[in-house]
Amino acid sequence: MARIELNEIAHSYHPNPADESDYALKRIQYVWEDGGAYALLGPSGCGKTTLLNIISGLLIPTRGKVLYDGIDVTGLPPEKRNIAQVFQFPVLYDTMSVFNNLAFPLRNRGVESGEVDRRVREVADILDLTPYLNKRAEGLAADAKQKISLGRGLVRSDVAAILFDEPLTVIDPHLKWNLRRKLKDIHEQLKLTFIYVTHDQVEALTFADKVVVMYEGEIVQIGSPQDLFDNPEHTFVGYFIGSPGMNFLDCTLEGNVARCNGARIPLDDGVAAKGRNAQGKIELGIRPIHLQVSSVAVDGGVPANVKMVEDQGSYRLVNLTLDGKTLRARVPESEPIPEDQAWLVFPLEWTRLFADGRLIK
Amino acid sequence: MEKWPNNKAWFLVLPAFIIVAFSGIIPLMTVVNYSIQDIFGPGEAVFVGTEWFKEMLGNHRLHDALWRQFMFSGLVLLIEIPLGILIALAMPKRGWGVSASLVILALPLVIPWNVIGTIWIIFTRPDIGLFGVGINSLDLLEVPFDHTAKPIYAWITLLAMEVWHWTPLVALLAYAGLRAIPEAYFQAAKIDGASAWATFLYIQLPKMRGVLTIAVLLRWMDSFLIYAEPFALTGGGPGNTTTFLSIYLVKLATMQFDLGPAAAFSLIYFLIVLLFSFAFYQALLNVGRGEKA
Repeated sequence: MARIELNEIAHSYHPNPADESDYALKRIQYVWEDGGAYALLGPSGCGKTTLLNIISGLLIPTRGKVLYDGIDVTGLPPEKRNIAQVFQFPVLYDTMSVFNNLAFPLRNRGVESGEVDRRVREVADILDLTPYLNKRAEGLAADAKQKISLGRGLVRSDVAAILFDEPLTVIDPHLKWNLRRKLKDIHEQLKLTFIYVTHDQVEALTFADKVVVMYEGEIVQIGSPQDLFDNPEHTFVGYFIGSPGMNFLDCTLEGNVARCNGARIPLDDGVAAKGRNAQGKIELGIRPIHLQVSSVAVDGGVPANVKMVEDQGSYRLVNLTLDGKTLRARVPESEPIPEDQAWLVFPLEWTRLFADGRLIK
Repeated sequence: MEKWPNNKAWFLVLPAFIIVAFSGIIPLMTVVNYSIQDIFGPGEAVFVGTEWFKEMLGNHRLHDALWRQFMFSGLVLLIEIPLGILIALAMPKRGWGVSASLVILALPLVIPWNVIGTIWIIFTRPDIGLFGVGINSLDLLEVPFDHTAKPIYAWITLLAMEVWHWTPLVALLAYAGLRAIPEAYFQAAKIDGASAWATFLYIQLPKMRGVLTIAVLLRWMDSFLIYAEPFALTGGGPGNTTTFLSIYLVKLATMQFDLGPAAAFSLIYFLIVLLFSFAFYQALLNVGRGEKA
């Protein structure tokens, strides 16, 4: 059991990093609480795997410290830390049986054979691997292999945290769901800290209690799935979370109204006041699900043209243009959609302003 | 099964068939033909059945050459395979060192067999060779080093030649095999607390199975068929101590002109190579598989 603290971590793959852009990770400060289920979400190349490897000890950060329960482990190799890692594709010892695969980390640590046997059977039972124990690992299906990789982490009684590096990438879609459920069950059963790296928001949001969103080497927001959806603190979070992502419009503020080219969008008084004080490029953001489409002129409505309607089965996605900018609105199947001319309503409570990408609050 | 209305496509196989026929099938059949006849001159051949085979299987000189051959190939494999793996493990993984070591390793491979023989003969000569003069000046050996002086010296020179020439091939194959192992395996092994030896035994060696199979087969066949090196070095001597199968075969066929026995011998030789290649292949394919807890 451990609480993992990242203290001012920065990492660069350059031997002599000169400026900010040489860093794959820029100043990460975070505490992973014991027993939490975390997801580390971000696009490819945002530094999430780098961060994971720093936590596991495969990489030593250029700057900063990693603390486990307050003890500095920054310079310790992975085998000296009580963590386990599951990789993108299953890593197995091909020539060994499933049993020996699971026993391997224990035997390397000199655990006596009775204890090895007991632990392996226990873990095999949790992972539904008991029938395969005597089979050779090589011939098994991808999901079973990935469970063995996980099992090699679980089998160690001292393990405090298990790190997952996009573990479901090679699993068939219909098995993904099962395996994700299994992970969640195991987390509830064993109360270990799970840190799960993924670029798939569905995976992150279903798996984790807390999602850490990374973008260009920085943590841009940490929160529950609901938080990320309702209150994105960065335009990247708005764009990355949700399907499709948030709509953004460049605008200038005139009193309580946001001017986006010709369109005038009314804002909440408080938001507008803070926005007027903010520095940098101002953007207005709204989620497609919150954007209301009306076929008749309404008070505070902004005229727009319907370009395309995508029927997604349970809802429809309407693409509209507003002064040359494309916006998307998510409309329930039951509601009518205007043919061409439409009026958009931006509800005050869901219309956000961002200054240089950061939420104005 | 459905039949094609037009079977002319078979003609496309014809060029390949003709090439294989002239390069393989016809020469082999000629040998088979010789092996079952006693030929005195053009048009004077007597069918002798399996007589040559019987004679050859009972031939003591062939037995001796065969054991020598097994000994030599066995030693070659025992030295070259582990040495090649060691070199591959020690090679740099990135940077300019990779290209440099690859080029240096490839050098012996591009030198013709006869040149290699000449290089080593000069290198080990007791009068002018660097090695020969060097080791004799130390005055450690009872009989001064000269590859024609003692059988063991001839063998050492031959083995050194063979190892120098062909270990790089094993090393290159093993290196390719090692480089193909994804980094995650080593990271997982670190996390599992595996020692360097365990990492080698359970990750690197199994992952090199394919390339090592090729290396063992190539080195086995090649060393079993060795001809140019002992021929250049001592022509099979001193005495008959480096008369390997192919040297004996050539003596039989081209010097004594015993074509019948030589043909029978060739076929036996061919079958031995085939049999052992098959055995090695099967063994390497299945070693370490089906292990139970």
